[in-house]
Amino acid sequence: MDPKMLTEGIVAGRREAGQLADAFEDLHPPLSEHEALVAADRCYFCHDAPCTVACPTDIDIPLFIRQIATGTPEAAARTILSQNILGGMCARVCPTETLCEEVCVRETAEGKPVVIGQLQRFATDTLMAADEHPFERAPSTGKRIAVVGAGPAGLACAHRLAMKGHDVVVYDARPKAGGLNEYGIAAYKTVDGFAQAEVNWLMKIGGITLQNGKALGADLSLDDLKAEHDAVFLGVGLGGVNALGVPGDDKDGVRDAVDFIAELRQVSDLAALPVGRDVVVIGGGMTAVDAAVQAKLLGALNVIMVYRRGKDRLSASDFEQDLAASRGVRIITNAQPVAVHGNGAVREVEFAFTDDDLKPTGQNFRLPADQLFRAIGQTLIADGLPDLDGRKIAVTGAGRTSVSGVWAGGDCAAGGDDLTVTAVAEGRDAAEDIHARLMG
Amino acid sequence: MADLTTDFVGIKSPNPFWLASAPPTDKEYNVRRAFEAGWGGVVWKTLGEDPPIVNVNGPRYGAIWGADRRLLGLNNIELITDRPLEVNLREIKAVKRDYPDRAVVVSLMVPCEEEAWKKILPLVEETGADGVELNFGCPHGMSERGMGSAVGQVPEYIEMVTRWVKQYTRMPCIVKLTPNITDVRKPAAAAHAGGADAVSLINTINSITGVDLDIFAPEPTIDGKGAHGGYCGPAVKPIALNMVAEIARSPEMKGLPISGIGGVTTWKDAAEFMVLGAGNVQVCTAAMTYGFKVVQEMISGLSQFMDEKGLTDTSELIGRAVPNISDWQHLNLNYVTKAEIDQDLCISCGRCYAACEDTSHQAIAMSDDRVFTVKDEECVACNLCVNVCPVEDCITMVEMQPGQTDPRTGQKVVKDYANWTTHPNNPGAVKAAE
Ligand SMILES: Cc1cc2nc3c(=O)[nH]c(=O)nc-3n(C[C@H](O)[C@H](O)[C@H](O)COP(=O)(O)OP(=O)(O)OC[C@H]3O[C@@H](n4cnc5c(N)ncnc54)[C@H](O)[C@@H]3O)c2cc1C
Ligand SMILES: Cc1cc2nc3c(=O)[nH]c(=O)nc-3n(C[C@H](O)[C@H](O)[C@H](O)COP(=O)(O)O)c2cc1C
Ligand code: SF4
Repeated sequence: MDPKMLTEGIVAGRREAGQLADAFEDLHPPLSEHEALVAADRCYFCHDAPCTVACPTDIDIPLFIRQIATGTPEAAARTILSQNILGGMCARVCPTETLCEEVCVRETAEGKPVVIGQLQRFATDTLMAADEHPFERAPSTGKRIAVVGAGPAGLACAHRLAMKGHDVVVYDARPKAGGLNEYGIAAYKTVDGFAQAEVNWLMKIGGITLQNGKALGADLSLDDLKAEHDAVFLGVGLGGVNALGVPGDDKDGVRDAVDFIAELRQVSDLAALPVGRDVVVIGGGMTAVDAAVQAKLLGALNVIMVYRRGKDRLSASDFEQDLAASRGVRIITNAQPVAVHGNGAVREVEFAFTDDDLKPTGQNFRLPADQLFRAIGQTLIADGLPDLDGRKIAVTGAGRTSVSGVWAGGDCAAGGDDLTVTAVAEGRDAAEDIHARLMG
Repeated sequence: MADLTTDFVGIKSPNPFWLASAPPTDKEYNVRRAFEAGWGGVVWKTLGEDPPIVNVNGPRYGAIWGADRRLLGLNNIELITDRPLEVNLREIKAVKRDYPDRAVVVSLMVPCEEEAWKKILPLVEETGADGVELNFGCPHGMSERGMGSAVGQVPEYIEMVTRWVKQYTRMPCIVKLTPNITDVRKPAAAAHAGGADAVSLINTINSITGVDLDIFAPEPTIDGKGAHGGYCGPAVKPIALNMVAEIARSPEMKGLPISGIGGVTTWKDAAEFMVLGAGNVQVCTAAMTYGFKVVQEMISGLSQFMDEKGLTDTSELIGRAVPNISDWQHLNLNYVTKAEIDQDLCISCGRCYAACEDTSHQAIAMSDDRVFTVKDEECVACNLCVNVCPVEDCITMVEMQPGQTDPRTGQKVVKDYANWTTHPNNPGAVKAAE
């Protein structure tokens, strides 16, 4: 065994470069042309296809699969991208096992769906490899629209608006565009700098100006944006993180999972990224799984994910749970943290077993930990935003907020799942609504 | 983006994909939905005289399937429209009024009597339809009554009826041919002689798709008996392509527009019909199998293909392969190829070996560790191994270059073209001038 595997504490270089490269390679290697044809042949071209109904962006899935089957993946890509401009990213990150593929009639019949996500990637990769942007802008309308947030929601909104002939300025607080595509998605789902490549490709529509390092709040106010533009779209995502709220929560080695992942996504040399030997992740969603799996891939010896409710309530899909298990992550359910122990830095995390109503059973246990990740949900930083509905921006129809002329979509807006594809759908639909309102 | 607009005998349509006269075009409800889905035109389900015919009340279709129950061939014993003439005419008029940019052609079948045609043609003309198609092809039921393929099998009748039609209407007249004949050029030439503006082909092929082995009766079975039906779908495409090609390359019918029908299922099928001379295509079974939406793949596929080939207008596509349709006797006998197996792609199934060893030329060697290689000294380049190999592009035919020696014959490959007409083994060979 590599001796660094056993080193205590949060250290870099637990695995060699070669091992790391293997560990972080593409989760689903791209289909070859032959594999794509074989996979496409399985589609029944269902009427009013359940897969399309399940897709938040309503991609005409049987049509694009047929276009692949008949040797025109470029046409397939146009079918996909006309509904979902981030179809390339969605092909990689969508939890298809709970969306289109879950309802594929061949899943029903044989327990083996048509591999829709991988086929979608085959089509969009083919088109993007040809460096082709398949859409053109309509004649200029002279309208100017501000989009705040260059995540999936903001980008989808900006692209659709640009296509309709509007001029769009996209403001983002971070140095790079892409939102969680760039800073959040697990590295093995979007390898080889795909997120930035996709943003660059999307920008080829023209008419979109990106302004990075501009934050609503610190650098811009909603009132100013409204005054200077014909409409404003907010796609700021969820910038905050829920606190654990247990004693010792502030010890060294305790960190937000999303920060760890963002750092991992940006680091140029994974061997230089420090990670603990005994890592505990608290949470039961995609973020928890991604943090746990990537910590393990970096070389952590023990990685344990702890979730406070039962296994059936885990929001990570079966596929993701299996992925975590296959990478050596242990998942403990029905346990909630009560204290973080350690002298300055975390040494142990104490949990109480809970029943399904989250009532402590009276049994406690401790897990050794030199690194603890919080992954118990992100929250909206709501200063200066339109009215909220619960903890997110209240919207009606296609993203209309309480402030006239201001729309919102994606994770920051109420309703819908917090998924890339949902953010794209909401951004696109808001763009259509803005267009109708401005031109109507 | 390539322009898919077509002008077929003066009838314009936004794309060359028309629905053939059949159930998909049986009524206004269908045709409106077809146009909404993007079809460029329709040939309305064949109209006849009143009172309308009746259909059987049991199953009218039989089928054959490929792997994964993919429908390959469909057989039917349906007759022409079973709805009153007046209803159809009213609906045709309404549809044409609402979709002026789409082609609406009306298929007709009335008895072989001048009066019958003289009577129905003005009624059709009044609907504003773009043309008529004469159904001389239906091979079941109607043929027993002296119509459909019973007319289509007698060139003199075809010519006679076509003349009447040209006499009594100004509408373009397309004659739909039956494949249930030996030489399709004869009925096509008769239509041409009668003044037809175009021919369309093929209608369905006489067929029995299967037999119920419990009751010993052909399928589909109506109360213990079965009648032959008409066969269509992907399985008939090769037959239809050949018939289209025969007409397209016939000097007597040069320039006669052809509407290609028979097994068109994807854009590729359509492109094949068109390069072999069809000015447009008609589709029935693919729509009946997958619904009207298939046309969207046909449209995107054909326009992408044309873009890739640098073609901007369908007229550049039509007939492009016709100069390359040849008689066997004119094929170049000095063209020599050998099969080659790509060892990286080979999955070692051994199908090429079984095929060649048992039924061809014993030209594939198999090693103890299942490596398959071609013996050039035995390979006659028949292509059977390529066709039975489950891996696309694993076995390919590699052309031998002039100057190389063919290890099978021991002869040098020569550059010059030479065919059977001058071959020494041909008793009737034309001697080259001394
Ligand atoms: C770790 C992790 C893994 C995930 N994995 C998946 C997955 O595999 N599949 C999936 O479908 N979904 C996944 N998700 C969810 C998905 O990433 C989000 O639902 C999606 O990115 C939401 O898009 P958005 O545009 O609403 O917000 P974001 O992607 O969060 O983008 C918001 C953008 O707004 C910017 N911004 C924020 N505040 C301001 C401000 N004040 N001023 C200016 N700009 C601002 C941010 O910098 C960011 O660029 C994951 C999420 C996380 C956290
Ligand atoms: C059920 C059925 C009914 C048909 N009825 C007619 C008809 O009324 N008139 C006609 O000209 N052809 C008729 N046809 C033949 C089709 O128009 C077409 O020529 C044939 O099906 C071949 O095309 P395909 O392989 O695309 O199906 C019928 C075919 C089917 C399957
Ligand atoms: S549900 Fe499955 S089989 Fe049906 S259209 Fe969608 S991918 Fe094809």
